[in-house]
Amino acid sequence: MLENDIKELIVISGKGGTGKTSLIGAFASLASEKVLCDADVDAADLYLILEPDIQEREDFQEGHKALINKDKCTECGLCRELCRFNAISPDFVVNPLDCEGCGVCVHFCPEDAIDFPLQTCGELFVSETRCGPMVHARLGIAEDNSGKLVTLTRERAKKVAKKAVMNLILTDGPPGLACPVIASITGATGVLIVTEPTLSGHHDMDRVVELTRHFGIPAYVCINKFDINPEMTKTIEQYAQDNGLPVMGKIPFDPFFTKAMVEKKTIIEYDGNSDAARAVKEIWEKVADKIGLHKGN
Amino acid sequence: MKISIASGKGGTGKTTIATNLAVALGEGVSLLDCDVEEPNDHIFIQAEIDHSERVSVKVPEVDMGKCTLCGQCQEICQFKAIVVIGESVLTFPELCHSCGGCLEVCPENAITETGREMGFFESGSRDVLDFAQGRLFVGQAMSVPVIQRVKEHIESDKITIIDAPPGTSCPVINSVKDTDFVILVTEPTPFGLNDLKLAVGMVKILKIPYGIIINRSDLGDEKVTEYAKEEDIPILMEIPFSRQIAEAYSRGGLIVETLPEWKEKFINLYDKIVSYVRK
Repeated sequence: MLENDIKELIVISGKGGTGKTSLIGAFASLASEKVLCDADVDAADLYLILEPDIQEREDFQEGHKALINKDKCTECGLCRELCRFNAISPDFVVNPLDCEGCGVCVHFCPEDAIDFPLQTCGELFVSETRCGPMVHARLGIAEDNSGKLVTLTRERAKKVAKKAVMNLILTDGPPGLACPVIASITGATGVLIVTEPTLSGHHDMDRVVELTRHFGIPAYVCINKFDINPEMTKTIEQYAQDNGLPVMGKIPFDPFFTKAMVEKKTIIEYDGNSDAARAVKEIWEKVADKIGLHKGN
Repeated sequence: MKISIASGKGGTGKTTIATNLAVALGEGVSLLDCDVEEPNDHIFIQAEIDHSERVSVKVPEVDMGKCTLCGQCQEICQFKAIVVIGESVLTFPELCHSCGGCLEVCPENAITETGREMGFFESGSRDVLDFAQGRLFVGQAMSVPVIQRVKEHIESDKITIIDAPPGTSCPVINSVKDTDFVILVTEPTPFGLNDLKLAVGMVKILKIPYGIIINRSDLGDEKVTEYAKEEDIPILMEIPFSRQIAEAYSRGGLIVETLPEWKEKFINLYDKIVSYVRK
């Protein structure tokens, strides 16, 4: 499998809780040959549905943090003067939550009293699931470098896909707009934006649409819980049309999504004939077509 | 009194709690939206913004007339934001963490700092309620400098309510730290519980007292309630799913306006928090 033949679809939303993970879970039940990737390393949830059998686990090491050696320290105060992050207390203890890992104190300490150990800030997992191979990660609580862990997770998913000769990666993206989101969409084949018909959903979608434009990545839209506010749904559809964003479909509000989640099932596994499941199937067909999955198959 | 509102999982109702609590309390209250990636409080608050400024961070600028290409700036930089290539020094402002290391280390004093704009800080009011928010520019990776600017708006004599972004990493830590109490908003689902546990881990590291609010409390299972009991975490409030609330939310409406009986519940919520903080 050549790298160029692998299609990668990322689901993002801007606003959290619009249904990214439930949708990726449903796609996992529908697509045939694929690798699953959870790029929401802050709060990975896809594994809760897919119950992975973990095959490989590795530490994610990135960045350093300062550590003052009390035996060598003469309390001259230079480090406190130079630290722009106020990470060093008056009694010369570094607060790891404030330390940016810049190493300025380490470099200038006249007594060489500051160590700078490499940090282990997360874990990466490669697993087998009933829906195929999966790569997911867990950023340590209160750790930095989420963008790098996202990149690493996606790279690993690509390797797994190549090895397994699979031409599709389905990636669950994080909420928001900044570094982890940017790291999860750069270089993707396409981005599916899941929104909801609320003013917040619309506002946040508007910002992620701008982000996908900024990075030149094709984006498509689907509207979840569309019947909560049909008027707002129309507004969003009109917005999508005005901005040249193809609308892949609309999913009705359905408590089955929550019920399926409680039973650790995808909506397709829970009830493939429900209105919501049918809507998701239609969306998947259209998205698969958009990212060029059907060509040459 | 500073109360922050966080959650591991997105979309659990942080904005709903922050805006309704702020409006219910009203006078002497400041509402700060620190979710600068996707700020939504303004949709519900409709504040009149009377101040707007650009937030910028310091990044290096090299005077090639003074530079001797010694490479010490490149060596000290942990973020690969300044690199000597051939006869020139390249800077990558988007990678710079503004630590000032290159500036300090340069033996020729060839490096000065210039501003790089990251986003907007805006403040204003809605009647008696004071309001401020940050808005990260689209395409910017680092949200923390904008969050820090929003937090500079805190006045010690006011009740400050901080709406944090989702997750458990640096933007959340920066929003939540130095507050007196954290409200963790969750929903009673497997995803909600999983992410709640992560958020609890975070507030434990920060050593801030906390309690939880269960939103859409009748959709899902009992596991969040069981977990709260086991861990002895106070459940401050439960909000059942209501199509009326969901529809009002979709139009940018507040619960305390749609269902006025909730105003008292939010005032009671504040009183409960005060009693926990004083303990």
